[in-house]
Order: sequence, then structure tokens, then C-alpha cells
Amino acid sequence: MIEITDLHKSYQMGSNSLHVLKGINFKVSQGELVSIMGSSGSGKSTFLNILGMLDEADQGSYTLDGVQIKNLNEKIAARYRNKFLGFIFQSFNLITYKNAIDNVGLPLYYQGLKRKERNERAMHYLEKVGLADWATHLPNELSGGQKQRVAIARALASDPKVLLADEPTGALDTKTSYEVMELIQGINDEGKTILIVTHEPDIAQMTKRIVNLKDGLIIDDRRVEQVRAKSYV
Amino acid sequence: MFNIERWQEIFDTIRKNKLRTFLTGLSVASGIFILVVLLGVGQGMQNGISKEFEDDASNSIWVWTRPTSVEYKGLNPGRMFTLTNDDYDFIQRKHKDQIEFQSSRVRIWSAVVSHKKESGSYSIEGIFPDFQLIENEDMVSGRYINQNDIEERGKVAIIGYKIKKDLFKTIEDPTGLFIQLNNIPFKVVGVYSDKGGEREEDRVFIPSTTAQQVFNRGQTISNLSYTLQPEDNFEATVAKSEEFVASMTAYLKSKHVIAPEDERAIGVNNSLENAKRFYALIFMIKAFFWWVGVCTIIAGVVGVSNIMLIIVKERTKEIGIRKALGAYPISIIGMILHEAIFVTAIAGFTGLIGGLLLLELVGPFVETEFIANPSVNFNVALTTVIILILAGAIAGFFPAWRAARIRPIVALRDE
Repeated sequence: MIEITDLHKSYQMGSNSLHVLKGINFKVSQGELVSIMGSSGSGKSTFLNILGMLDEADQGSYTLDGVQIKNLNEKIAARYRNKFLGFIFQSFNLITYKNAIDNVGLPLYYQGLKRKERNERAMHYLEKVGLADWATHLPNELSGGQKQRVAIARALASDPKVLLADEPTGALDTKTSYEVMELIQGINDEGKTILIVTHEPDIAQMTKRIVNLKDGLIIDDRRVEQVRAKSYV
Repeated sequence: MFNIERWQEIFDTIRKNKLRTFLTGLSVASGIFILVVLLGVGQGMQNGISKEFEDDASNSIWVWTRPTSVEYKGLNPGRMFTLTNDDYDFIQRKHKDQIEFQSSRVRIWSAVVSHKKESGSYSIEGIFPDFQLIENEDMVSGRYINQNDIEERGKVAIIGYKIKKDLFKTIEDPTGLFIQLNNIPFKVVGVYSDKGGEREEDRVFIPSTTAQQVFNRGQTISNLSYTLQPEDNFEATVAKSEEFVASMTAYLKSKHVIAPEDERAIGVNNSLENAKRFYALIFMIKAFFWWVGVCTIIAGVVGVSNIMLIIVKERTKEIGIRKALGAYPISIIGMILHEAIFVTAIAGFTGLIGGLLLLELVGPFVETEFIANPSVNFNVALTTVIILILAGAIAGFFPAWRAARIRPIVALRDE
């Protein structure tokens, strides 16, 4: 599903050049649930941004579902993001003046779907994350866990190939974190490929594979025995 | 533009930010309001000034004499001279092709005019039939002086409507009755009215020839009046009339032994030239009003642009999210631009309608000498609407362009 070879990325900081990613080789196949770990400054966020086509690599190749991702202009990047990827953010990033169902329907709006169909599909995904009753509520009327569920529903709405989650439980308490992880595991069980950036080992243990990043290189990549979040809830 | 989904997006945004939208719109609305009112007042001034010109034919030329002011060929300054029938005939012959209407005038100031017991002091003017058209007189009853009266030196008179009211009181139609002009009986053959009002209606018109004979004026006349054949356009007409005036005064000066450089001796009132000056003035005033109005709108547009920039800044994160979810740059531009145009258009129309309502309600009551019925015609309203849409597009463009360049990775960075 994802194939990355010899990925480099550096940032210009004034006169200094900061080499963040120093040659990453990485492969993810369909249906995997991967956590990317690393201390701050290890380059994991940069890595995720490149995976998410929010940023572009200096060097190396990136193939997503058989499509070479390179020389993106804004328009193509936007289309690929919409088609291939679903984003889940630490701070949820819901649009504050739109209610839950409209937030979930937003990627579908950019696919050009009509409102009626958008709402049907958005409702379907809200049901899936257990928030059908909250469809007409604004984000500020929802708890943190609920917001993240809406964000997950939104990420799923466009039926992407890969879900990218950047610290999805970073702003949540432990109990809620596990609930969210349970949801993510459930989605993965249905065959969706999911990448999670996290620095919490217990969250990482709930995935099927842990990749450790340090100073811009993968130092460790191992499969783990998945801990089901359900057992904690 | 007709994408219903886009409209829903915009209404959503506006509904969630009522105060912001209202404040944005206010500056544009007031700009358009001021423009419309200014244009209305400009139109009112034009109406008012045009009205001032209405009482006479607006292309008339009047010539009269004054004491000379320059010594010439041994003649002292301050010398009086009078125009004669020869002058009138000569000019008539020389400028036959150019002249549309013409009349000389023999003026008897403050004559006693009476009918039975009623009498009053009015001026008597001996004129030619064309004078009716030069002075723009309407007949209330009867007829005007005709060529026959001139040739027969008939003792017939046309009286003003005011004189009719003064002397004939309740008599509806005085034609056929007699009046005394300095004790000489004249038959009233017509009553005229003048758009200039009562001050123009206190004159008695009699044939020029009769006036010279009956009142012992010999061959002298008081002044000359002309209108000229109009040319294809206003400018050419004005140029022709200036040429006519120059040639005529040159002739009169040589005939009456007046220094060519004497500017005072021959008085000329070329109403075309006056009209031209007034129209130039109105044009300047109108241009100034447009300028002020457009500047006000520009201020409004800059305001909208400013606020939209702040909005873009405020919505940076939202725009980042939208981009991460797959929004094309063009759809972001469209969103901001569409909102800007929509807000300016709605606000502008509010200002436009407000201005029109004000002119409609207050306009008819404004009746000073120089402003009459201020109003805005359809074309001007249409122009303002086009200005509005343009203004909205300009106001929205820079913020939209900036919004489209927002990089989602920057927008979404957690602070």
C-alpha cells in the first residue's frame, strides 16, 4: 500500500540546514495498523506530513497504492489527499461553526457530492462511531472523545486508502484514549490501513507493528502482539 | 456562481458570523449610499440650472447698446449711439443662411396701459413675429403678431397673462377688446404666458413698425435678438454662434464709428455661451461628485478587503483543514471571493436602495433655485451596480489569493 525508499528531508533554518529525515525505507501493506514512535525531534511528524502529502520530500520515492507521489502541484495534491488519505489530528481540527454531520460531510463536499447524498453518508459514518444522536451538535457541545470520533468519522467519510493519525489520543484522558483506540482497532479489523504517530507506549502496544524513529532514521521496526483496547474499557 | 452547494457554504459562514458580516457591509453600504445621494444632488443641480434656461430659447443671442468707452477718430468716450433698421436689415441680409429666428425690438419703458377704469404701468415692446420663438412665449388665447400686422402697421397688441389679470379681471378672453397705450387705442389680439413667470408677463407686444411710428421712434431700435440654425453638435453650434457674434459686432462697430477694441459699447448676451459655461460647470460638479463617491467606495472596498484579510487570517486553520480534506486552491479562492462579492453586493444594494429611497422621499421637497427634483436615473443605478460587483471582486481578490497560498501544514501546526 505504501512504499518508501531512501526518503530525505531537510529544512533551511536561516543559514543552517536541518537534516530531519536521513534516508527512510518503509513499507506498509494493506490492512496494517502501524504506530510510529519517537521522541520529539526524531522527525516523526515530518515523516507523517510527507506521507500525508502536506509536505514534500527532497529526495527518495513514495508510492501510494501504486501511484508515484512526486512533483505535486497544489491541485493534484488536493485530489490525492481527498482520494487516498484520511487525517486524524491531535487537536481534532473540526470546523467550529459546522455541526457534526456537516464536518463529516466536508470531504464529500470537495468530491462534489450533493448535499442529500453527503448527509446520508456522513450519517452512516457517525452511526459507525456511535454519535448518530449528536449529528446536529456543534463541536463545542461535544466532549474531547466525541470530537475525536467525529474527526475519525470525517477521515473515513471519503473512504480513503490510508488513515493517518497524528497523536490521536494526545489530548484525551486514558479512558477516552482507549475508547478511541478501540474504535481505531475496529476500523482496522475491517481492513483499513492505519498509521498512528504516538509517543505513548501503551497506545503503540495496541497496534500491530511499532516503528521507532530516532534522529531521522528508523532504528527499530517490529511486529507486536496487539493488545485489544477493549480489555481496558 | 450558480453552484447551490457553494451558496449553502457561504450562507453557513455568514450566518455564523453575523456581526462581522454586518460591519463589513456597513462601509460598502454607506459608500454606495453617499455616491447615490451625491449623484442625485448633481442631477438635481442640472435640473435646476436647466430650468433657469427654460424661459428663453437656449440658443438666443441678444444685442444692445451702451455708451462707448474708448476714444476713436476724434469722438469722445461716453458717446451714446442707437441701432437702426438699417443695422437690422443689413445683418439679416448678410447672415441669411445662419439665422433661424430674428427680431428687433423697440422698447418703450413704463407706458400707461389702461382698459376702462383699470390701468397700470407696463413696458411696451415693438417686435417681429419671430420674437415669440426667441422668447419662448405660449399663447393663452388669440394669436401673436404676424407679418401682416408689421406691413400694415396695425394697432394690435399682445398682452401678458399678468396684464390680462390686472386689467381685465374677470373677463375670460380679452381678445377683440381695446386697451389704451399712452392713450392710443390698440386692439388686443392675443394673450401670452411665459415660463419665466410673472416678471416676464408684464409686457405688451405690438408690431415693430407700429411702435416706431406711433411712439415717434423713427428708424431706431432698442436691441436685436436672434437664434441661429443648430449645427450637428453642441460644440459646432457654439462655435458658429461665436463666429456670428464676432462678425456682427465688427459690422456694428465700423458702422457706428466705434473703436474695434471697445468691449463695452455693444452688449451681447449669447445664451449659448452661457449655457456652455453652465453645462461645463455642471459637468465639473458631477465629475467631482463621482470622484468623491468613487473614493468613498474605494475606502469601503479597502475596508472590506482589510476585514476579509483578517477573516482569512482568522480562518487560516479552517482553510488548512479544508485543504487537508482535499479542497482545491480554486475552491478556496472561490469561497473567499464569493463571500466578498456577496457581502459587498448585498450591502451595496442596501445602500443603493437607501439612497434611492431618500431621493425619492425627500427629493420632491427640495426646491431651491439651483436644485430641482434630485434623482438618479436607471443607467446611473446600473453603473453603480456594476461598480459594486467589481468592488466586491477587487475587495475579495487579495484576501482570496492569500488564502489559497496557505499551506495546510503551517495552518494545522499545533501551537
